[in-house]
Amino acid sequence: MSVETERSSTESSAASGLDFEDTALTLRLPGSDPDRKRASTSDPDCPSPTAAAADSPPSPKAQVVGWPPVRAFRKNALAASASARTKFVKVAVDGAPYLRKVDLAAFAGYTTTSAAAYDQLLAALQDKFISHFTVRKLGNEEMKLVDAVSGTEYVPTYEDKDGDWMLVGDVPWRMFVETCQRIRLMKSSEAVNLAPRAAR
Amino acid sequence: MTYFPEEVVEHIFSFLPAQRDRNAVSLVCKVWYEVERLSRRDVFVGNCYAVRPERVVLRFPNVRALSVKGKPHFADFNLVPPDWGGYAGPWIEAAARGCVGLEELRMKRMVVSDESLELLAKSFPRFRALILVSCEGFSTDGLAAIASHCKLLRELDLQENEVDDRGPRWLSCFPDSCTSLASLNFACIKGEVNAGALERLVARSPNLRSLRLNRSVSVDTLSKILMRTPNLEDLGTGNLTEDFQTESYQRLTVALEKCKMLKSLSGFWDASPLCVPCIYPVCAQLTGLNLSYAPTLESSDLTKMISHCVKLQRLWVLDCIADKGLQVVASTCKDLQELRVFPSEFYIAGYSPVTEEGLVAISVGCPKLSSLLYFCHQMTNAALITIAKNCPNFTRFRLCILEPGKPDAMTNQPLDEGFGAIVRECEGLRRLSISGLLTDKVFMHIGRHAKQLEMLSIAFAGDSDAGMMHVMEGCKNLRKLEIRDSPFGDAALLGNVAKYETMRSLWMSSCTVTEKGCQVLASKMPMLNVEVINEVDESSEMDESHGGLPKVHKLYVYRTIAGARDDAPDFVKIL
Repeated sequence: MSVETERSSTESSAASGLDFEDTALTLRLPGSDPDRKRASTSDPDCPSPTAAAADSPPSPKAQVVGWPPVRAFRKNALAASASARTKFVKVAVDGAPYLRKVDLAAFAGYTTTSAAAYDQLLAALQDKFISHFTVRKLGNEEMKLVDAVSGTEYVPTYEDKDGDWMLVGDVPWRMFVETCQRIRLMKSSEAVNLAPRAAR
Repeated sequence: MTYFPEEVVEHIFSFLPAQRDRNAVSLVCKVWYEVERLSRRDVFVGNCYAVRPERVVLRFPNVRALSVKGKPHFADFNLVPPDWGGYAGPWIEAAARGCVGLEELRMKRMVVSDESLELLAKSFPRFRALILVSCEGFSTDGLAAIASHCKLLRELDLQENEVDDRGPRWLSCFPDSCTSLASLNFACIKGEVNAGALERLVARSPNLRSLRLNRSVSVDTLSKILMRTPNLEDLGTGNLTEDFQTESYQRLTVALEKCKMLKSLSGFWDASPLCVPCIYPVCAQLTGLNLSYAPTLESSDLTKMISHCVKLQRLWVLDCIADKGLQVVASTCKDLQELRVFPSEFYIAGYSPVTEEGLVAISVGCPKLSSLLYFCHQMTNAALITIAKNCPNFTRFRLCILEPGKPDAMTNQPLDEGFGAIVRECEGLRRLSISGLLTDKVFMHIGRHAKQLEMLSIAFAGDSDAGMMHVMEGCKNLRKLEIRDSPFGDAALLGNVAKYETMRSLWMSSCTVTEKGCQVLASKMPMLNVEVINEVDESSEMDESHGGLPKVHKLYVYRTIAGARDDAPDFVKIL
């Protein structure tokens, strides 16, 4: 099996799924690139440049001061309830003797381009189970976790409300949090039936 | 008219409650000025720094209802640093000295201290109504003073204030002899209140029409209270989160059914879906519903509730309602006049359950819609054009696309044409907030068509000074202009300086205005206060490449007859 060029998820734009174009500084108006997909349907975690072209793209979590224009009272009220909300789900890893639990409500998304990935689910999964890892987001947008030491590839899957086993990353983050019942990191070799295209 | 005795003139003036009309008649002649000023009952001060409090009190010694606003609107979003100003103290002190007949005080975005509240409570024997909106600086001790001393208190209305909680004692400070309460709103108080004291207070307040509780009030207390208030018109619920026994919720339903006059419902702090069926009995009579603090209610819960609300005129809700929920609103709430859809999460690059489709559905089903606040992640010109055609009655239109500079989701074009349609079709538009990818063209449309526009909010929009200048030239009725993160500089600032005297204020932050430009403005227009607010802690994105001149981080310009204010902190420079 091919272990692609070892790069940490923070450096590799291919691994994080962001095109180089999106992080390049250009004089174009943001959004005027006709090749860019609609952010809402294609990749919910892909940030786009702000109007201030000199700034780097914002991370998915709001970094712009005073934006969105919501009163502090309301933001605080919702934040208080968000911290009270939890959604713990069991996580099983093929080959590991016991399960773990993660709180999906504690994360902002699947993955991110910024250095501080601690609020992202995949980073947490890696943290708990796999000592050395790479996040590889392939052309067909499957996410894979690779144990760099053993070379084993894991595909994150989850069971939804209907009892079906799905590939993590297909639906927008919030929909995923709502419907996910449990997570299983399946060995890539066993995940053939789930992949839209035959695994290599 | 000068042959009429003054009492007759005064009587005629009593038919002119509007401040604008009274200002007009007082300009006619000295006699009218005197008669008018001594008989003026309501005074509204839109900017507390536009005039000195002593001057107001001297001119209108018999004022009964005083209303004062402090910080600029963008203070709501933490763009105005703390300690900027807006102190209520001088106003309350001046009133205590000069108009002891004061009965009502309304304050918005001001800093109010406990000492001021105590002074207020003790200085005005006929005081009956205190309304504080988005204020800060006081604690429940100040409220205790109000409760203790204002014997005729009818209204205590605390909306979204930052209140320091010092315990539940304050509510017990209403004396047993206080039976005049008609309106009590303590929803923003964070801590516990004494349930017994609350029940007793309600029991001795037969005139209670509006009651808004805070999160700490249990379902059982709420039910007990509602059994005592059959004439209640407006209710803000307390705690509806816990998994109560079915009996508690049944009691609540029975109690709610007694409230035949109930028209407006709010609160629902983190409300559990289990409470939704309790509300069904009153849904059909509701004209106002605020569910915007219930992120735990999913779209299906919300639509179940709303499908009963056939008389609804005002709806505030979170985006969890989703487009399909908005379709239910559109088919049920034919009388809808005001809709606010708030974001349940604040990520810039994310996903909203509401899109342009939900808003189009609303515009089709609710042609009476006149006031809108809508947060979403995507919009299209086509949708805006359709919405404008369907709802020509908009007076307030605020659209916030969460990602700054985001274009039309279908065509990748700027949203100029969409907003252009809004200002063209909605001739009565008084307030507008724009967002998304916008060029100078949108400002051309606004300047040309938005003739009734009084307040305009701009963020991350425009290409050049020409944008702002279109607005300054065209919007004849503009009173408040607030701009952030847009490429408008000195040429725009100085393009029409005389206009600032016809406006209440201008706010510009993270634009390309320089200190030189501000100085020029200040020297040309002595009747303006030009405040340059520069903080040290903010991000260092302001480069100095604009001809070597440092850019001004935040600028606040307002007309005033009070001169430069003397309570400005170090980081505010008044030119």
